[in-house]
Amino acid sequence: MNAHVRFTATEQRALLDAELAGQFPDARGRFGPYGGRYVPETLIPALERLEAGMREHLHREDFQREYTDQLRHWVGRPTALSHAPRLSAAWGAEVWFKREDLAHTGAHKINNAVGQALLAKRLGAKRIVAETGAGQHGVASAAACARLGLPCVVYMGAIDMERQAPNVGRMRLLGAEVVPVTGGDQTLRAAIDEALRDWVSDPSSTFYLLGSAVGPHPYPYLVRELQAVIGREARAQCIERHGALPDAIFACVGGGSNSIGMFHAFVPDEQVEIIGVEAGGRGVKLGENAASLSYGWPGVLQGCYSLLLQDENGQIHETDSISAGLDYPGVGPEHALLLAAGRVKYESATDSEALAALQECSRLEGILPALETAHALHGAKRWAALNPGKRLVVCMSGRGDKDMPTLQRTILAESRS
Amino acid sequence: MTPAKKLADVIRRVGDTGEPALVAFMTAGFPSASKFREHLTAVASAADVIEIGVPFTDPMADGMTIQRSSQAALKQGVSLQWILKELGAMQRPAAPLVLMSYLNPLLQYGYEKLAEDAFKAGVCGFIVPDLPFDEGTEFRAALAVKGLSLIQMVTPVTTPERLAQICSASDGFVYAVTMTGTTGKSVTVPDTVLSYLDRVTAASPVPVCAGFGIRSREQVEKLKGHVAGVVVGSALVEVLERGEDPALWLSQLRTR
Repeated sequence: MNAHVRFTATEQRALLDAELAGQFPDARGRFGPYGGRYVPETLIPALERLEAGMREHLHREDFQREYTDQLRHWVGRPTALSHAPRLSAAWGAEVWFKREDLAHTGAHKINNAVGQALLAKRLGAKRIVAETGAGQHGVASAAACARLGLPCVVYMGAIDMERQAPNVGRMRLLGAEVVPVTGGDQTLRAAIDEALRDWVSDPSSTFYLLGSAVGPHPYPYLVRELQAVIGREARAQCIERHGALPDAIFACVGGGSNSIGMFHAFVPDEQVEIIGVEAGGRGVKLGENAASLSYGWPGVLQGCYSLLLQDENGQIHETDSISAGLDYPGVGPEHALLLAAGRVKYESATDSEALAALQECSRLEGILPALETAHALHGAKRWAALNPGKRLVVCMSGRGDKDMPTLQRTILAESRS
Repeated sequence: MTPAKKLADVIRRVGDTGEPALVAFMTAGFPSASKFREHLTAVASAADVIEIGVPFTDPMADGMTIQRSSQAALKQGVSLQWILKELGAMQRPAAPLVLMSYLNPLLQYGYEKLAEDAFKAGVCGFIVPDLPFDEGTEFRAALAVKGLSLIQMVTPVTTPERLAQICSASDGFVYAVTMTGTTGKSVTVPDTVLSYLDRVTAASPVPVCAGFGIRSREQVEKLKGHVAGVVVGSALVEVLERGEDPALWLSQLRTR
């Protein structure tokens, strides 16, 4: 449990009840204490237009029909719920995967990208800007924009461009302009800063297609709504296959979009244990990991009040993780709320634990998971050891092909020598 | 007189002469932390108000120059605490001082303690680019206890209703951003910007200062009569970076 986040049992219950009653985000865009809208004044009208447009369109029947149609016939939903028999035997629990790696472009990111791109089109946007860490959101945005005929600019940290090189080429093939970000930490955080600067320069006709459940209101809510399809499907598939809910569900948490999408439908099922797994990197000290929920404390970054990895002066700290998609010093405000309410347990897995889980899953199940996902797999393995025979579902958030440069340098280099 | 009122009075007094007051921005501790006091004194000798930038790791409203200066200052260990200590220890200029900071360093310092320490260090107010009016209630209240100003920004895309709301709740001055975009780009001053600035001035009970992209005497000349003051930021930071005399550069901005 994070030492900085302390709520009494009564406060926890009140927060959870409000969350279950659908009271969050509230009128000020907050999930309990977290969230809000901390942006330059220039972006306020753009965020107000986005919020009004979202309220008008998102849940309307014609929008949902168009969105569902894209999800079914282009993204390939519903994605499978796969049994993992050999991992089950190895870990001693019944292991299932929600297969977001089978979604078009190879990760859950497409659910959000196509939804926001449809919304952007309805709101009359002339161009799309997006940020990307692992490159998955960049690829998904580039694909969705190509599909809908919108110009797309993707900001990507220079370090990430190197470690996720295959995705840079994919984005360019899909017609997007990829702009390297050499300022700041040259990873996801710097890419978001740069996308925000672009948006500030042209808030009227540019639409910022944010890829995670972070940022100013209404993004954390919008992204969750578009990703919630993961958990809704998984829950229905569990009931159909087993006639029962699973005992526990797992997802990796960076900014927190696949995890909030996976968790949302299960939050009311209080008998289901929900576990989020952050990037433990090389160690527990500040700068050695990217586990904001485990080690961070409240602050404001990139539009939102949430838990952050920062120093005592409020400077945002650099993070470290083998996984570019989890390498972020903040986390979505709804996760901070779910931690405060005691509904979700957040743990971390180190770089080497994630690599081992990736290798085990690849060999035993014929699925090469993304390095991000491998963190969730390690969390599931740890839980399985303590809960033999129980049934668990891991959100297989993405496929690992994009991680080949990193895997060549690590696992494959070791096995050659 | 409260610090906020002193700030407004100084800008208004200069503005009334027909010459816009010069609000000069410098990143604290850039290019050199050990020369902070010297640079501040030099800037103050030619400016009417000094805006001291608290460096932050993620300056999302700032262009390349201020990103660079912030990074360099952080590397030298500059922090809000350090800045307040330096101000407390030096012979402070007569010109009013305001601090420009992103929210998180202020939040971590603690609003009440910050209001007290800033007051003691002779600070008149704060500019917080990622704290829009609606989120500012708590900090505004903490500053008000010591008579300090939370200076609000308005932009060309701020709606008329919001403009009226922000202006009526302002003290110190209203910071009218001249364009949509980050700091540091050079802007021409088209007539549409002038009519926007006239609208802000008409709506505001306190003086209005225009900022973002102002680097030349021609721009200042054009803004004369439309605003009480102008903010120069990135251009001055570049002057300090090149090791030139900031006072000399500032004085050539004045139109007489």
